Amino acid sequence: MSAVITEQSQSDTTPVPEGATGIREGAFGHATGLSCRECGHGVELGPFYACPECFGPLEIAYDFPAITREEIEAGPANIWRYKALLPVPTDIEQSPNMEPGFTRLLKAHNLGRELGIDNLWVKDDSTNPTNSFKDRVVACALSAATEFGSKVFACPSTGNLANAVAAAGARAGIKTVVFIPSNLETPKQVNSAVFTESLVAVNGNYDDVNKLASEIAGEEEGWAFVNVNVRPYYAEGSKTLGYEIAEQLGWRLPDQVVIPVASGSQLTKVHKAFQELVKLGLVEDKPYKVFGAQAGGCSPVSAAYKAGVDAIRPVKPDTIAKSLAIGNPADGIYVLDICRETGGAVEDITDDEVREGIVLLARTEGIFTETAGGTTVGVLKKLVETGQLDTTLETVVINTGHGLKTLDAVSGIVGPTATIEPSYAAFVAAGIA
Amino acid sequence: MSVSVRVPTILRTYTGGKSEVSASGATLAEVLDDLEASYAGIKARILDDKGALRRFVNVYVGNEDVRFLENLDTPTPDGTQVSVIPAVAGG
Repeated sequence: MSAVITEQSQSDTTPVPEGATGIREGAFGHATGLSCRECGHGVELGPFYACPECFGPLEIAYDFPAITREEIEAGPANIWRYKALLPVPTDIEQSPNMEPGFTRLLKAHNLGRELGIDNLWVKDDSTNPTNSFKDRVVACALSAATEFGSKVFACPSTGNLANAVAAAGARAGIKTVVFIPSNLETPKQVNSAVFTESLVAVNGNYDDVNKLASEIAGEEEGWAFVNVNVRPYYAEGSKTLGYEIAEQLGWRLPDQVVIPVASGSQLTKVHKAFQELVKLGLVEDKPYKVFGAQAGGCSPVSAAYKAGVDAIRPVKPDTIAKSLAIGNPADGIYVLDICRETGGAVEDITDDEVREGIVLLARTEGIFTETAGGTTVGVLKKLVETGQLDTTLETVVINTGHGLKTLDAVSGIVGPTATIEPSYAAFVAAGIA
Repeated sequence: MSVSVRVPTILRTYTGGKSEVSASGATLAEVLDDLEASYAGIKARILDDKGALRRFVNVYVGNEDVRFLENLDTPTPDGTQVSVIPAVAGG
């Protein structure tokens, strides 16, 4: 049995651009080619990301083999347990990589009680090797870069991706160059700089950095920009979040899932993962709602959702949630489609509510999240308060990164509650007991 | 008004492999018309059937995305750099 999960025949294949030759057999597992998400135009596997017909994003098309839950469960405790569903070779575990994934899914009793949600879970991706979900996507991008024989492993980044690329490149022994906005939080800069000799701070916002990376990718031979020219492979790594949530729930899809939205890629891939699991017969088909979370200072997708329009109007980001500060999110339209089709929503909150979300998760569940997670938890709270989320249904909220990376966000609202002399009398006088 | 246009890899089949070409026009719309006159077929790759910028194309005049300026009516002063770049999701 095979399950072909692509809506487009690969017969309409364009000539292979230079550089796509020489790919070894099985380099991309069960991937059969690239397919334009917009027009369905097919392109052979290679370091390509934009449709030559319409500029639409290219996605991986597969011919999946039959696969069982038991086969997956027998795999390693990282994303490679799902390697048959990713564009990676069957011997991927043999290559030096960060072995990310299979992070904990925690029952959030206290947060659920606080918000009035009966059955709430936190998928905690802050425990990945460089403390964000980006280790997942970078592992898939590294595999692709290796198979293409790339000499430089690079990215434009809002921070977490830079950390993940720099670390994975160090482990794999490939030169890394990472580009960040120059106003990025210091911890994210240090967390990259420690792994790479080439951290480039660009005077501009993320969208400016992204533009520069796209130009470099078009000019420099042998550069694999993980989220530009190997993006189709990279983005597939986010599917593993969806696979893990379903497996850790006992091979079951949740009723509702709340996901932060920057580019929109992660949300679309979690949805794709759920759909693939259904098509492969690994979970029962059932309705589920997908919710997107943005910060008010960069909420082009939420704005389009609320306005009831399909077009995303780019914005200039102005938010403390820098890891979500993508003003021109290329996958935003797909986020709108998914949230509307599944009966979910896209919501946004203020920066103060982001900070409150960070503290709320920390004080209820002992999880210190960064601003993206604060956004997601804050939006979860708002969805409950506005009646958009059904509090009787099983709900999963995704925490994508660690709070130690964005200490400045909350350093002004948490700190010592008392400063006392080292005496018992002073302790009593402070009223702490 | 003569401007320099940076051409993305997937459109270089129209420009004979050149990554940068010259064009003229007082606005972006005129620059694209002039490009079409020199490299037939290229305009339809950048604009959709209704004559608007395709959803997954970003065009910059200088360093600014024209969607923040005046879209196709954005002025293109002499010597300006125009860049055509596929939109990519970031992160």
